[in-house]
Amino acid sequence: MSTTKSKPVSDASSRAAARKAWWDRYVHALKYSLHVITHPFDGFWDLTREGHGTLAAANTFMLLFLLTRVLKLMYTSFQFVDVAVQHINVFQQMGSLLLPFLILCLANWAMTTLFDGKGRFIDIYIAMCYALVPYILIQLPMVLVSNMLTFEEASIHTVLLTVSVIWCAFLAFVGLMQIHDYSPGKTLIFVVVTVVGAAVIIFLILVFFSLLSDALGFFVSLYREMAFRLN
Amino acid sequence: MRREKREEGTTVKAVTRVMAILFILCFLTTSTALAEDSFNLNKDGYSTSYTYTYDYWGDVQESPDAYRIKTVIDTVSLGLENMGGVKLTKPQSLYVRGHDLYIVDTPNNRILQVAYRDLQYTLVRVISEVKGAETATFNSPYDVFVDPENNIYVADYGNHRVVMMDEDLNLIREYVKPTDATFDQGQDYLPKKITVDVAGRVYVLATNVNKGLIKYEANGTFVGFIGANPVRVSMGEYIWKRYFQTKEQRAQSTAFVPTEYENIYIDDKGFIYATTTTFSEYDLKSDVAKPIRRLNGLGNDILIKNDTYPPIGDLWWAEGDSSYYGPSRMTDITVFEDDIYVVLDRIRGRLFGYDSQGVMLWAFGTRGSTTGAFVRSVALEHMDRDLLVLDEVKGSVTVFTPTEYGNTIYEAYRKYNDGDYAQSAEVWKDVLRMNANYPLAFRGIGLAVMRENRFQEAMEYFKMAHDRESYGRAFKLYRKDWIEKNVWWLVLVLAAVLIIPLAIGRVKKMKWEVIMHEHNKVKAGV
Repeated sequence: MSTTKSKPVSDASSRAAARKAWWDRYVHALKYSLHVITHPFDGFWDLTREGHGTLAAANTFMLLFLLTRVLKLMYTSFQFVDVAVQHINVFQQMGSLLLPFLILCLANWAMTTLFDGKGRFIDIYIAMCYALVPYILIQLPMVLVSNMLTFEEASIHTVLLTVSVIWCAFLAFVGLMQIHDYSPGKTLIFVVVTVVGAAVIIFLILVFFSLLSDALGFFVSLYREMAFRLN
Repeated sequence: MRREKREEGTTVKAVTRVMAILFILCFLTTSTALAEDSFNLNKDGYSTSYTYTYDYWGDVQESPDAYRIKTVIDTVSLGLENMGGVKLTKPQSLYVRGHDLYIVDTPNNRILQVAYRDLQYTLVRVISEVKGAETATFNSPYDVFVDPENNIYVADYGNHRVVMMDEDLNLIREYVKPTDATFDQGQDYLPKKITVDVAGRVYVLATNVNKGLIKYEANGTFVGFIGANPVRVSMGEYIWKRYFQTKEQRAQSTAFVPTEYENIYIDDKGFIYATTTTFSEYDLKSDVAKPIRRLNGLGNDILIKNDTYPPIGDLWWAEGDSSYYGPSRMTDITVFEDDIYVVLDRIRGRLFGYDSQGVMLWAFGTRGSTTGAFVRSVALEHMDRDLLVLDEVKGSVTVFTPTEYGNTIYEAYRKYNDGDYAQSAEVWKDVLRMNANYPLAFRGIGLAVMRENRFQEAMEYFKMAHDRESYGRAFKLYRKDWIEKNVWWLVLVLAAVLIIPLAIGRVKKMKWEVIMHEHNKVKAGV
């Protein structure tokens, strides 16, 4: 009897404990990104193999990345960016980054999985999201800093932005290498292959939708014809 | 059982999630469509208001009219029907000296001199012959120039010569085909456009001559060519033509020759403005085509281009074979005394005014047969601030005069150029009252405000004008002021940031030492 009575209590407490554990792990995963971007070779190896990185943290970085991008477009001093704010669609901007990112991850997984890459899709996604961290760390403060710089000091701005992008590219490269346990040369080849694969995926999507719309158009016109004849 | 139920739950969840994503996607697509509606031009280059400007983003902004139609000079208004009844037919060129207008009535081999006196354009005389040893008539004259001494130069196209005569039409000199080896002797000398500088040097634009302008000394001797268009060949094009085309193909395809100019105009400082209409439309926005040029004595282009876009007329156009489509083709140019220049586009019958920095002041005009629209505009001249546009099909000259808006712009521009910023700012404010979409006005006011050390305000104006450099300068001064004003706060914050962690560290360290001390004591005690 006592068990039945105490069960919900223990259930609740265990749930609370689980939530606490999850939160701790999440915070650790977030903090671990600092280790990853400074020690990419060790960091990416342990990221998925030792379970230091989590999907939740990766998603957080992705979200922050998209947010950074939008904030950068909207609030960087107009001296440094050429953005027609009145023509910007925030969701379009986000989508135009997120979609290629996912397609590239997918293409990479599809290609590497055939050539004994060790990473699963989820591993690739997590690693690539962690590779975006320097972009967030540098560009987000730069939005603020840009409003304290004058046109003549544009070089500071440009240099820092360039550094962030190069850092990200380097991390992505090392990340892929470690996730798949590839040699640098093989990684390089598969970067190219991934881009080709992404192009194929986009092509297939386009073909699919154009065929779909053709098919739909056929049925619509068929219906119209019949409705016209029957009347 | 239970497990299955849970799975069912997750699938339901998954389905709702997918639905949610689809819903968001639908939302995304609709919001995209809305965003595109904010472009206020269907990019065919036609759906504009009569007068407009381009903003920083290259979007068309409606504008008040800078010019209105003053009058139309045609066969009837000149009274030509009572004088033998020969109408103006396909006139080709205009020239203005002082308040005298010269209309070149090419097929009728005559030049009409029209005087503007007491707000009336009246026909003074018909110039149709030149008195020399024997009196000669013109043969399809294409252009006329009148120098300050009222000597008249005529590009006598059909007679293969340029004629110089005095006010009473007595022949002074002829400028004929150069006998120099640099001029292809096998071809006819067909002078089409002429201009003369203050020293009496004659510059001739002749048909089928692509070496630039033919230049004569005042005494009639041929000097050479100036201002030839440099030939540009891309690497890809060269390799394609050189190695992959057959001889027949190469013969058929266009040769690498410089393009000819369309029209020339000499300003009062002696610089020749030239327009060209043969270019690839893809070279326009990258400023490779250079449809408008300002040539110095060496024939180099020194036109100033300080705006986001080079001066190319319309920024958007529809592509296609229709004669209405394609980029603006500048058929004539005229330059005011303060270096504001106006070009005439024959494609859409539009006039574009640019200031000396290459910033568009206004654009207006359209194609059509109503007054103020053109069927085939061929020539443009100015008389004071009035603009005269010749339409060869209508056989008429449309005279435009600036509106209050146009005049205010000119006044502000003049004061601004004189360095009278405070005064010009007041006038620019009047411009803004009439047209709130005028970047030049914002910049003008910004400069004046900056002079009065109101940097923050100046920054706002420069931001509106999208003038980054000036904004940077104003911001630098503002930042300096701000730091000087708030230096104590800054020091305080800096001190706080540095000292507080230090203090905390010290306290922690002391605590730790106390603990260790206690610990050791306990250890020692044991």
